[in-house]
Amino acid sequence: MSSVQPTLKPSISSRLRGVWESDIAWSFRHSPVAMIAAFVFLALILAALFAPWIAPYTPFDPASLNLMDGFTPPMGEGMGSGSVYWLGTDDQGRDVFSTILYGMRLSLFIGLSAVAFAAVLGVTLGLIAGYVGGWVDALIMRVADIQLTFPSIMVALLIFGIARGLIPAEYRDQMAVWVLILSIGLSEWVQFARTVRGSAMVESKKDYVQAARLIGRKPRQILFRHLLPNVMGPVSVIATIYLALAIITEATLSFLGVGAPPTRPSLGTLISIGQDYLFSGEWWILLFPSMTLLALALSVNLLGDWLRDALNPKLQ
Amino acid sequence: MSIPNASSASATGVQPVSRPSSSHDEPLLAVEDLVVEIPTRRGLLRPVDGVSFELNAGEILGVVGESGAGKSITGAAIIGLLERPARIASGSVRLAGKRIDNLTGDDLRRVRGGEIGTVFQDPSTSLNPLQRIGDQLAETARQHLDISRAESRDRALLALQEVGIPAAAERLDAYPHEFSGGMRQRVVIALALIGEPVLVIADEPTTALDVSVQAQVLTLLKRLCLERGTGVMMITHDMGVIAETTDRVAVMYAGRVAEIGPTPSVLVNAAHPYTRGLMASTPNPASDVAEGLVQIPGAMPGLLSIPAGCAFHPRCDRAVPDCKQKRPPRETINDSDVWCWVASQPQQARHD
Amino acid sequence: MTDIMVEVSGLTRRFDVSSPWLNRLLQREPRRILTAVDDVSFSIARGSTYALVGESGSGKSTIAKLVLGLLKPTAGQVLVDGSDLSATATAASDALRRRVQMIFQDPYASLNPRWRVGDIISEPIEVFGLEPDAGARARRVAELLDQVGLAASDATKFPHQFSGGQRQRIGIARALASRPEFIVCDEPTSALDVSVQAQVLNLMRDLQSELGLTYLFISHDLSVVRYMADQVGVLYLGRLVETATRDALFEAPCHPYTRMLLDAAPRIDGFGREHQTDGGEIPDPINPPSGCHYHPRCALATERCRVEVPAVSNLEGRQVVCHEATQILSGSVDL
Repeated sequence: MSSVQPTLKPSISSRLRGVWESDIAWSFRHSPVAMIAAFVFLALILAALFAPWIAPYTPFDPASLNLMDGFTPPMGEGMGSGSVYWLGTDDQGRDVFSTILYGMRLSLFIGLSAVAFAAVLGVTLGLIAGYVGGWVDALIMRVADIQLTFPSIMVALLIFGIARGLIPAEYRDQMAVWVLILSIGLSEWVQFARTVRGSAMVESKKDYVQAARLIGRKPRQILFRHLLPNVMGPVSVIATIYLALAIITEATLSFLGVGAPPTRPSLGTLISIGQDYLFSGEWWILLFPSMTLLALALSVNLLGDWLRDALNPKLQ
Repeated sequence: MSIPNASSASATGVQPVSRPSSSHDEPLLAVEDLVVEIPTRRGLLRPVDGVSFELNAGEILGVVGESGAGKSITGAAIIGLLERPARIASGSVRLAGKRIDNLTGDDLRRVRGGEIGTVFQDPSTSLNPLQRIGDQLAETARQHLDISRAESRDRALLALQEVGIPAAAERLDAYPHEFSGGMRQRVVIALALIGEPVLVIADEPTTALDVSVQAQVLTLLKRLCLERGTGVMMITHDMGVIAETTDRVAVMYAGRVAEIGPTPSVLVNAAHPYTRGLMASTPNPASDVAEGLVQIPGAMPGLLSIPAGCAFHPRCDRAVPDCKQKRPPRETINDSDVWCWVASQPQQARHD
Repeated sequence: MTDIMVEVSGLTRRFDVSSPWLNRLLQREPRRILTAVDDVSFSIARGSTYALVGESGSGKSTIAKLVLGLLKPTAGQVLVDGSDLSATATAASDALRRRVQMIFQDPYASLNPRWRVGDIISEPIEVFGLEPDAGARARRVAELLDQVGLAASDATKFPHQFSGGQRQRIGIARALASRPEFIVCDEPTSALDVSVQAQVLNLMRDLQSELGLTYLFISHDLSVVRYMADQVGVLYLGRLVETATRDALFEAPCHPYTRMLLDAAPRIDGFGREHQTDGGEIPDPINPPSGCHYHPRCALATERCRVEVPAVSNLEGRQVVCHEATQILSGSVDL
């Protein structure tokens, strides 16, 4: 053979160029809505990620709280400490801006983890159902169908209730976040499984799967090496749209008082707290966390919508 | 390796095909310098680029080419079925002297299905799966002919009988899925002809069918159109179908016509190097190709990378410098029109 | 005695295509059994090409899967070089698997769109542990790409960057990667344009003579079969109706179905040719006609054909499954 050493790995620059010129990138550059949504979402992620450095106060450190600063309106000076609070304070004198940053951090963490959990579970079950077929498929999909007949918030509440019942009282607050992730994740896997099953059924009939079977590849290798990369397109769309849903579900659960504890509030807990003071005139305690939740959920949802259209060849 | 030359290959019997020619001077269908463009983000595509041909009444014109040659889009452009964003950018299409490329709305619908019938590869694009065959036929007949409801029903029955559907009277009430593939395509032909069109555009009408059924359907289409003097534009990739069914043939390549002329002379005595290559690379069930098929190097260019000059020049073994720069003009060689810079020059020794 | 590479004997495959049992129970439907392949026997000499030709429903693709061991036969067996591929996984069947490969019909579906060409071609090399060293593997991939007329640098590209013909070359390179001796080709050019088809057919012929490959070539296109085959088997509704050498079959077809098929195939020099079609179509394979499956379409059919399945007659080196075979060959009946 020739003296040229062939390599299977292309250069990084050619990969980057490939990404920039890809249809997805082009569609992104030509969608102002997607770009604004991405900008908002990125800004919120960064704010949440760097909350300890951005937040002017540490709202959950009882030592730093001054009860006299409670109910300070936005841009007002605390009566106790004289500090300026941009978005005001709540009943306990916690800086609303700082609690939002920390709350968003928790909301995002729970949302992302729940979606990741739901995706791993749903994709795995969907792949198996679609590739293996037969009674395995029937079993998995019937369970999914039954779960679909319940609203996902009810499923989450149910799982949350069962989990709380199993955990000793002293660990409850500590475990609350993980229980939330588990219950939201379990309530959302169905859509992943159904979509992946459909794609896996189509893909597994294609000849490249036959070729892999022909050389004696085991089902596990075919599922994860051959089929998985080919079903990820729709999964990414569902994951994005479900991230918005997971954040809202978490907020709903926390608002209902069964989610994140008041000692470690998420956006939902903050809204729940703020609601108590809406009619007594302290509107900022409710308004700012709500606006943040809205911006977060809306930007993720718009990104998901764009991604769905961009990946759909029929709409191009 | 050599391309079979005219004298040896024509031994299988080329019969002169005589057909009643149009009584008017005007051809039935005249396509003049047709250009179809599709604006995309990667640039302006030209799937049809300056196509001209004529089709006379009672004549079967074959349009042959490989995938990407633009043959189907040419057919769609003629009947106003281009899918957006594709559009006719320039040129004209005349049916019996009347322009039809700029029709819209009702005028277009009157032409499509009335004056021009269509037969597509996939019957499901022509047949409504939820409507009985008889109703579909009768409705089309009523739309395009001035007849009563009862009369349209008789027409539908007659149409089914003509295309050889057994027990046609009973099958009028059947749905499309109750027919086999071949029978369904017969129904599509009945539907195409019931409006008494002067022209039928058949786009790969038998590609989805088995050979034995294909022969039946082609024979039927040929006979019915001959009886009525209907012109047929037969779009296909199959050189065998072209040879057996058409009177004249247009060979398309990269959105342009390479060569057009009487079928036997184009296929046996091709002037254009692409046609010659195409014929030499097609295996024939009726004869042995012991020395191996001639292959044309490369593949049809994509619409984004159509070469300058003659689009075929990178694959052509006779290309001269002119081919790379200038579009070849139309030239008449024997009975054919050929777009090629070298076709009229004597062929150099190619026995390498 | 010729050197036999593949021996197929009494191969039968039935599929249960019934509705689920609850529907059957409620609608009083019987079980529906589709016999896709019905007692098919043939053998392929080493280094030769055996073509199976047939229309839709003939069972030719099912035979391909059975021969490759991707489906289990209901009855009969396939021996490749004397051993059974469908036997449960043993060291012997693993070794055999390396020697058997396939070229697929659809060049768009047969290559994993998310894999690079180099990874696609090196997968069999890796699985069979032929080149343990990554560098040697990459060199082998380059060699294979060169062998099928592509460039070594193509290894880093994805399948969608290639045309249909080039993809089919990649599929051939993958099939050659495990250094097989026997390759099943399932309609390898039916998705390609003629000028590209010629390239691929010529490549396959060259590779055969270069590497001494044995082909089972499956096609519906008689012109391609005539170009590629040494021996041809004609299938109709799951049964072999005629087996003969290429020349015998094309010069003097014997079975009425073979004759009809040859007449129906369009010819590039058949200007204005009229076909003698039988007007029939392929029957429902779930309820095939009794006796000889072809009798409802056959001009020579007698009462015997309606009742009795014809036996194989060995006539002048060909096998014909027809009651009238002797008379047809002697020319005493006219079609």
